[in-house]
Amino acid sequence: MTDDLTAALHRGRRTTVDAASAEAVARAVERAGTLVDVAVASLDSPIGRLTLAATPKGLVRIGFHDEYVYDDLAERLSPRVVEAPKRLDTVRRQLDEYFDGRRRHFRFALDLSLSTGEFRRRALEAARRIPPGETATYGDLAAEAGNPRAARAVGSAMATNPIPIVVPCHRVVPSTGGLGNYGGGVEIKAKLLHLEGYRP
Amino acid sequence: MKSGPVKSIALPPFQDLLDAHRDEVYRFLVFTAGPGEAADCFQETMLSALRAYPTLSDASNLRGWLFTIAHHKAVDGHRARARRPVPAAALPEPVVAPVEIEDPKLWAAVRRLPEKQRAAVVLRFVADLPYARIAAITGGTEAAARQNVRAGLIRLREEWTP
Repeated sequence: MTDDLTAALHRGRRTTVDAASAEAVARAVERAGTLVDVAVASLDSPIGRLTLAATPKGLVRIGFHDEYVYDDLAERLSPRVVEAPKRLDTVRRQLDEYFDGRRRHFRFALDLSLSTGEFRRRALEAARRIPPGETATYGDLAAEAGNPRAARAVGSAMATNPIPIVVPCHRVVPSTGGLGNYGGGVEIKAKLLHLEGYRP
Repeated sequence: MKSGPVKSIALPPFQDLLDAHRDEVYRFLVFTAGPGEAADCFQETMLSALRAYPTLSDASNLRGWLFTIAHHKAVDGHRARARRPVPAAALPEPVVAPVEIEDPKLWAAVRRLPEKQRAAVVLRFVADLPYARIAAITGGTEAAARQNVRAGLIRLREEWTP
């Protein structure tokens, strides 16, 4: 049944609400407090758009090039994944400074819960101790993490690093020369090392 | 019909629900709760949804679930306003981006409909939902939902002319 009345009611579907609904969402997010388990935001950087995610414990994930990480966060942490850029202001500001060459160390909390396994966790902790401008080999890190023969395991710990850039797996290179692999692509690894003043 | 407990269900990221349904839920609230109340009702809807989300045992109709929450918030808001002795003009100005409504007289008439008719009409024509889905949101049977839409239309024809 279509007549003037039902046609007029149907036209209600065309009502533009996107600005109002976006504002209402933003306000609700501000009020949501601990109802948001995983806050996400994006950041435009010289190495492409990054996705950042934080739990109340700290930064938990950085994804490269619009890599879609929401599903993984929902599955492994909590389905309450919500875009809440303000909660990542500190992280975004420090990353901006880093990419501008005005910051060498990050001062915010990390949540390494997406890195599974004791050894991988230790390898990432060891990577965090490599100073900017320097590199270490997979073997060096294996020794640091307590098992000198586990260079391959260090490789997989770096490959599954949930917080690249901030946990500087880009500073880990093969002992045979070259830069080795990188989750975001080896060009990005080279760019980050260059930015930090490393000259091979 | 499948039976037995579902072991664990994969809930999509809440942000996906917002992206997919934010606008249509907001629109539903504009037409049921009113343009001035939609923003508050929407916030309450979203906070209630976030609170309950991890405990959901069925992810097959998240859209309907959101509309159900929104419907309750709109009804609560209406009842609260009916009890409130303050004239509408004395209420604080909403600060949200204003929503421009075509045919405001029609939608004012819709808002004067009884609760269930109002929700059913908006869900039918604005959200494009079938009667079975409408019934699941407002409560009652599919036949009752159909009857609510029919009764709503009859009443609107008395009050509204194009």
